[in-house]
This record gives sequence, structure tokens and C-alpha cells, in this order.
Amino acid sequence: MPNYVLNIRRFSPESGEPAHWEKFEVEMEGHRPVLDAILHARNTEDGSIGIRCSCQAAICGSCGVRINGNPALACNTLLRDAVATAKDGATIDIEPMGNMPVIKDLIVDMDAVHWKKVQRVVPWLIPAGEPPEREYVVPHEAMVDVTQTMACIHCGVCVSDCLSMEVDPEFVGPAAHAKAYRFVGDPRDAATETRLRDLAEDPHGLYDCTHCFKCVEVCPKGVSPMNQIMRLRRRATGDFKIKDANNGYRHEKAFVSIIEKWGTLHEAKLLPDSYGEGIFGKLNPEAQKQLIASAPTAVRGVLSGKVPPLKVIHHHKLPDQKKIKDIYKKIHGRDDRIELNLYIVGEDADALAAESAPAEAAATAADGGES
Amino acid sequence: MKVAYWPGCVSRGFTPELHGSMEKIAPKVGIELLELDRANCCGAGVIAEHNQELADTLNARTFALAQQSGGAMMMNICSTCQGAQSECQERLDASTEYRDLINENLAPEKLSYEKGITNKNFLWLLVEDIGLEKLASLVKRPLDGLRIAPFYGCYIIRPTERLAYREHPERDQYLEQVIDVIGAESVAYTGSHKCCGFPVITMNKETSLTQAGRHLGDAIDAGADALVTPCPLCHLNLDLQQPEAKKFVNRELGIPVLHFPQLIGLALGLEPKELGMGKHVVSTKAVAAKVAAMAVAA
Ligand code: SF4
Ligand code: SF4
Ligand code: FES
Repeated sequence: MPNYVLNIRRFSPESGEPAHWEKFEVEMEGHRPVLDAILHARNTEDGSIGIRCSCQAAICGSCGVRINGNPALACNTLLRDAVATAKDGATIDIEPMGNMPVIKDLIVDMDAVHWKKVQRVVPWLIPAGEPPEREYVVPHEAMVDVTQTMACIHCGVCVSDCLSMEVDPEFVGPAAHAKAYRFVGDPRDAATETRLRDLAEDPHGLYDCTHCFKCVEVCPKGVSPMNQIMRLRRRATGDFKIKDANNGYRHEKAFVSIIEKWGTLHEAKLLPDSYGEGIFGKLNPEAQKQLIASAPTAVRGVLSGKVPPLKVIHHHKLPDQKKIKDIYKKIHGRDDRIELNLYIVGEDADALAAESAPAEAAATAADGGES
Repeated sequence: MKVAYWPGCVSRGFTPELHGSMEKIAPKVGIELLELDRANCCGAGVIAEHNQELADTLNARTFALAQQSGGAMMMNICSTCQGAQSECQERLDASTEYRDLINENLAPEKLSYEKGITNKNFLWLLVEDIGLEKLASLVKRPLDGLRIAPFYGCYIIRPTERLAYREHPERDQYLEQVIDVIGAESVAYTGSHKCCGFPVITMNKETSLTQAGRHLGDAIDAGADALVTPCPLCHLNLDLQQPEAKKFVNRELGIPVLHFPQLIGLALGLEPKELGMGKHVVSTKAVAAKVAAMAVAA
């Protein structure tokens, strides 16, 4: 049986000792999870190793740790996969999750960070008026829409390595935002606008996510918290025109209309347009301060020779700009926004069939081409 | 090899030295650039945040133009373009019905996107299609003794599934590999695969520039002479905003940030000036001086 070396980060505050690494050797099959190896070391070598766990089946969400620097569920990561990402190719580093205080060894204080933030978004349904006599009747599509966020097991793995939270601990964060969408997307909930407004008006809320995809990458349940944040933004700006505290609404509006007008990004216009009705127009007061603070940036650009001064006032339109405007007109003219959620629809049957039977598919395609 | 070339808006605007250096090195590494001058902005995730169908249509338009161009594949020089375009491509390629709907939006221009375009950042193309061996043979000036800290940009490293890491598992190590092959030394530091903070620069400057400032500081502490990045948006936050970023991390900074094609250019024997290295906000003089002292093979 293969031998695995676990390098576990140890820390107990009451000991007065600083945190340190300790190695344990465990003989075990490679298809067993890292959690089994940690428990084995605890049972046979050192009963004081601290780890939280329960279901051992990626359901309860208690065993989040960092394995070789990346956050994951210990019960959901196989030893052979863990060793494949080991920094020296042999030793599996196991640390507590990040962005949360350590209580002991691999156990972090989920209450202090994760659960507080989840509570922050009012994680229960707020119905309109009295509940119906029997059950609520909800369209099937609406419930399918929120299933992705309902898959969250609150393991905190996304919180551990959220790159905005790393610099701004007050950021509401990935898991709590995903939870917020769970109710924003639920037709039985009556507080949609209030919820969106609340998160948009918090400077550490909806518009403090830096779009780093870290939470999408690490979530063991496919919740894609960042995608939920983008859907929340879409609802906030598109459906309710909420002017948020961070100028996210204006930034989006400015960006989208610059592409409508010019086809490519005109950065010199983006900054002022994000803050008001163009540089010579009226600025909204909260934006004024930020624009003045950003002015040195544009000046620096020109002074370094990066941005020719002419560029600041002149930008070429694409030759077919009219066509792009037509695309905008058509799509903005629709009654509803069209969204394809791959979590729900998956790859289509045609595409899958075509991949498994390429010859046949190619033949069909050729027929289609001739007809 | 001919490629449909999408330089991206930023390389034509705020970082012209990126576009310029790519054009200079392309013939030297055997790439013929067919520039997509009718193509539109990728939306940088912002248009998708506003309306997915719009973002998917605009990028399908670019893909369709690339497929008409006669290039073997499409190439970009911006991590953000790569990420935003890959996201749209994932949806377009997943569903025939959806793709038909988007192609209808393109019909007035007589354009149509056919599933399965290959779209690569220059970093990927250089390693996967030109190859490190070939690159090594082209090096005219081994950058011996230059210590370079890689900075990838989120959009070409996450999410791994969408970005085909299953087929190319080392894509998040290419910068280090290239740095070593051209004779320089790659510097390990904590920020190499983190976020530069650019997406929230207009929305939460403190979050944004604390991120940039920390990575720059970490690279300095690790002894780097310069950072290198394949993303012009990272470049804006790391170079253009660097004088501002130091206020958020309360320390002196002052480390030059090179665009990926500039670094390759230096190794191929081009001069810092030809590569637009004078157009940076943080002076690249110290790097240029080190490079000037290195021998160039005939
Ligand atoms: S995408 Fe946003 S929420 Fe997710 S980890 Fe990055 S900053 Fe945090
Ligand atoms: S979103 Fe995913 S990673 Fe985050 S707490 Fe929920 S299940 Fe865990
Ligand atoms: S032990 Fe329950 S999720 Fe790992």
C-alpha cells in the first residue's frame, strides 16, 4: 500500500506556542480521501489533531481545509489527487482555511466570519402577506433557477480564499451573496428590491467583488458564487435601476453605452462617463469626489507618453458601428433578458451525440449543408 | 503560422506599447498577424454582467470574423479578453439552439459563428504551438541574471474547466517556464496567481489598490527586478496606478511591470526603446540598463 506524508499545520492558542508544521506518515490506498488519512493519524499517532468533520461524504460542509495551498473539502479530495498537486511532488500540505481566525489546528471560527455574513443577508423567506391556505404554487423554472444556490453546503471553502475578502474583511463575500440570490430569485419572496438595495448600498457588498473567479474554481458544489453576484448586479441595475454606493451602476451603464457608440473601449471616456453625464456634463455629487481622486491617473497616463493627448478626446468608431447599434437595439428591445444557465441546461443533447458519434454527425451536417 | 489577431481595446488605447511590441516580435517567432480591425470589445465581463445575450452576440461576431479571416486560430494578448471570450464561447458551444439564436442576431451582417473556434492568449500559443524548444533556439540575448516575477491575471487561470486545463494542465506555470527558457530567473512570491484589483478600481479603490500594492510589495521583497504580465488591465493597475497604490499599503513601491511580449522581445534581441519601454509610468530604466550590459548574439 502506498505511503502518504501529511504535513499538518498545528496551532493551539492555549499552548502559547506559535503555529508550526508537523509531518505524519500514513499507509493508505490512493483512492481514499485526505480526511481518512488525517483521522488515521489522529487515531494512531496523535489524538490531539484538531479537525472538524461529520458526514465524510461532501454533504455536511464541516471539513474545509487548505490542501497544498488550495481550499477544498478534505473528505472530497483523494490522496492520489492531493499528492499530484504537492509542491515537492510528495508531501501533502494541510492547513486551516484562510480569511477566518484559527481556533485549533485545522478548525477555523466559522461563526466569526462565514455565518455572520450569511446572517447579514437575511437568509430566510420574507413572504408577501399571509401564507396561502395550502402550499405556495411556484413556476417550475423559477425553482430550477435557484437550485444552483440551494446546493451550497456552507463549507466556507469559497470564503477561505476570496481575494476581495483578503484585503477587505468587511466584504459580504461569495457564500453570503450566493445565499442572497437564493431569495432574490425566489418568486415567493416579497423583499427582492429591498434585498438588492441593501447589498448595493453597502460599499462592501455587491460591487466589492473583484471578479477573480476564485470562488467559482474552488466551490465543491458548483454554486459559482461569482455568477450569482453577477446575476444580482443584473437584477439590481437592469430591473430596479439601483444607484449603488460604489458607482457600479454608472460604471456598467457607461461601459455598455461606449461600446454601443464606438464598438471598442474608449478608456479616456470611461472614467468621466462612469461618474456622470460625460466629463463636461453634470456630475452626481458622490461621484465628484471619486473623479477628482482619479484625475491624477489620467494625467499620469498622458505624462508618461502612454496616452497621446489627442486620444483623450478622439476615438475611432468601428467601420460597421451601425451594425453593432442594431444588435443593441434588437437585444434591448426584447421583453425579457435571455440567459443561458449551463448549470441548469448542461451541454445539449445534439452536441453530446455529435461528440460520441462524430462520423454520423459530420454526415448530417454535410447533408444539411447541401439542402 | 497565420492567426486572426485580436489585440483588444486597451492595447490600442492606454497601453499602445503592448500592441507595438507584439507587432515587432510576431515575425521573429513565426507568427503572421491578421488583425481583426472590424471586431468589437470583448465586454471584459461588464457587458455580460449587463446582458448575457448581448455579450455572447458581440463575441460571436468576433469569432465569426476570425473564422472568415483564414487564420489557423484566433489569438489575443489580453488575459481579460481571453477570459471574457472563453466564457461566451462556453455558452455558445454548449447549445445548438442558443447558438442559432445568437447567429440570428448576426444575420444582418451575414456573419455566423461555427462551434469550436480555438482562441489563445499569446502566452498559450507561444508555449503550445511554437514550443519552448523553438523559443530557446530563437533567443539572441539570454536575460541572464534578470529576476522576473510572473503575474498571470485571473482570467487566464480560473476557472480551470472553462479554460481547458484538463488538456493543458500546466497553463498556470507557462510564465515561469518561459522566463527560465529565455535565461532569466523566475521569482516565486505569493501574488503571482492572485487578482490585480482592476475590476473594482472605479468601484472600490481601496480594495483594488490594496490588492495591487500587496502583490507589488511582495515581488519587491522577493527580490524581483520587474514583474511581467500577459494582461494589459493588470498592467494598468500594477503600473499606471502604482504611485497611487503605495498609499494603500503604506510603503515605497517602484518596481517596473513589463508586458509579456516586451520580455520576449528583449530576449529576441530587440532594444527596450523599440519595445516602448519608455512609455511606462514606473521607470524601466534599471531593467534597460541591466539588459544593455548583456551580450546579443549576431
Ligand atoms: S469572484 Fe468575487 S466573491 Fe468570488 S472569490 Fe473573487 S472577489 Fe470573492
Ligand atoms: S458556495 Fe460552495 S464553497 Fe461556498 S460555502 Fe457554499 S458550498 Fe461551500
Ligand atoms: S465531512 Fe461532511 S463535508 Fe466533509
